[in-house]
Amino acid sequence: MSLPPTPGQTVGPFFGYALPFERDSELVPASHPRAVRLHGHVLDGAGDPVPDALLELWQLDEDGMVVQAHGSLHRDGYTFTGWGRASTDRAGHYQLVTLRPGAEEPGGAAFFSLVVFARGLLDRLHTRIYLPGQDDALAADPLLGTLDDRDRATLLAHDEDGGASLRFDVRLQGSGETAFLRYGRSS
Amino acid sequence: MNLITQDEISAEIAAASTPGGPQPRLDFGPYRSSLLRHPTKDLRHADPETIELVSPVFGPQDVDPLEADLTIQHGGEPIGERMVVTGRVLDGDGRPVPHQLVEVWQANAAGRYIHQRDQHPAPIDPHFTGVGRCLTDADGTYAFTTIKPGPYPWKNHRNAWRPAHIHFSVFGRAFTQRLVTQMYFPGDPLFALDPIYQAITDEAARDRLVATYDHEVTRPEWSTGYRWDIVLDGADAVRFEAHLDEEDDA
Repeated sequence: MSLPPTPGQTVGPFFGYALPFERDSELVPASHPRAVRLHGHVLDGAGDPVPDALLELWQLDEDGMVVQAHGSLHRDGYTFTGWGRASTDRAGHYQLVTLRPGAEEPGGAAFFSLVVFARGLLDRLHTRIYLPGQDDALAADPLLGTLDDRDRATLLAHDEDGGASLRFDVRLQGSGETAFLRYGRSS
Repeated sequence: MNLITQDEISAEIAAASTPGGPQPRLDFGPYRSSLLRHPTKDLRHADPETIELVSPVFGPQDVDPLEADLTIQHGGEPIGERMVVTGRVLDGDGRPVPHQLVEVWQANAAGRYIHQRDQHPAPIDPHFTGVGRCLTDADGTYAFTTIKPGPYPWKNHRNAWRPAHIHFSVFGRAFTQRLVTQMYFPGDPLFALDPIYQAITDEAARDRLVATYDHEVTRPEWSTGYRWDIVLDGADAVRFEAHLDEEDDA
């Protein structure tokens, strides 16, 4: 049996009182000894900030293991669930506090899975945020191998503050447009 | 003041509505906010990795069962048509998605959101916020008790009105199945005029966003009832492995 899918629609302008929740963007507390700040801007085709975007992050734990723990909506300060949600602010900036994911397999490339929603964006967009500093793994990555250098660069985070932060901008359109992904979905 | 008329937007919708797939066009000019917010390059094919083939999980500490009733969140009964909306979350093979998160948000009966950006001069209902969430049961069923939302004006063009809708955010078995969409009501006269709904250019696909009135869901002397099933698109672990098997056979 194959059922036709329910179409997506834009998240619209009014999700701000519904989808954010307390400590939604803190996968770990900022005080965690290995906490990393993942942050950046969401920009439109004119290079202007997008103040009404919502990002969701989903990742393996530090050992490259899938996490299937409850508690993402009710952070207890200790449980790492691997999922978080961040809204952009008035300047189009977002930030998440999390742990660097491990690679699924030795020699594999470690990345975050990211999904992007925004007013004006008619369906969600998937992409990946690859960690910097793993050159051999990045060179061997199946997805990155299909991309030209310019597109590849849009999927790489940059270390900041001596590794305390990771910087990743999302460009919905235009110069430096982020490479967005499909996974055999019908769109 | 926005001088683009509904007639002009309707003409643009007609011109842009060449047959499309099951998902909305990302580049759909009649929805003006999309102009600078859609990628111009094709989506790149990625073989999903393990993290993309699984989903976050949510449990009893995450969602209070009372959050599924949007009519009891304040001190009194909200104004409007009380209704139940229920259905199942399924994957493309018809398998239910159990114990997974469904979030909803909506305008009140007068078409007003509790959001400071909503400046529509319709009344705020002190007894209605319009936010709910629940976990599907073992059979993939979700159910919300709420108030039927009203249509509301927006500024895409002059005299633009959105058909009444409830926003849904749904998780699947895999993160690739993540869905945010809008559920509509049967026979809404605003459908043909709405560039967001019409961005899905396949009529059968558009129809999948319209709930069905179901008298079996309607409760005597209490509420009307609507049914709306949600089918998630995209790879999950079972489907992806089956796909790999097919490739091996080829």
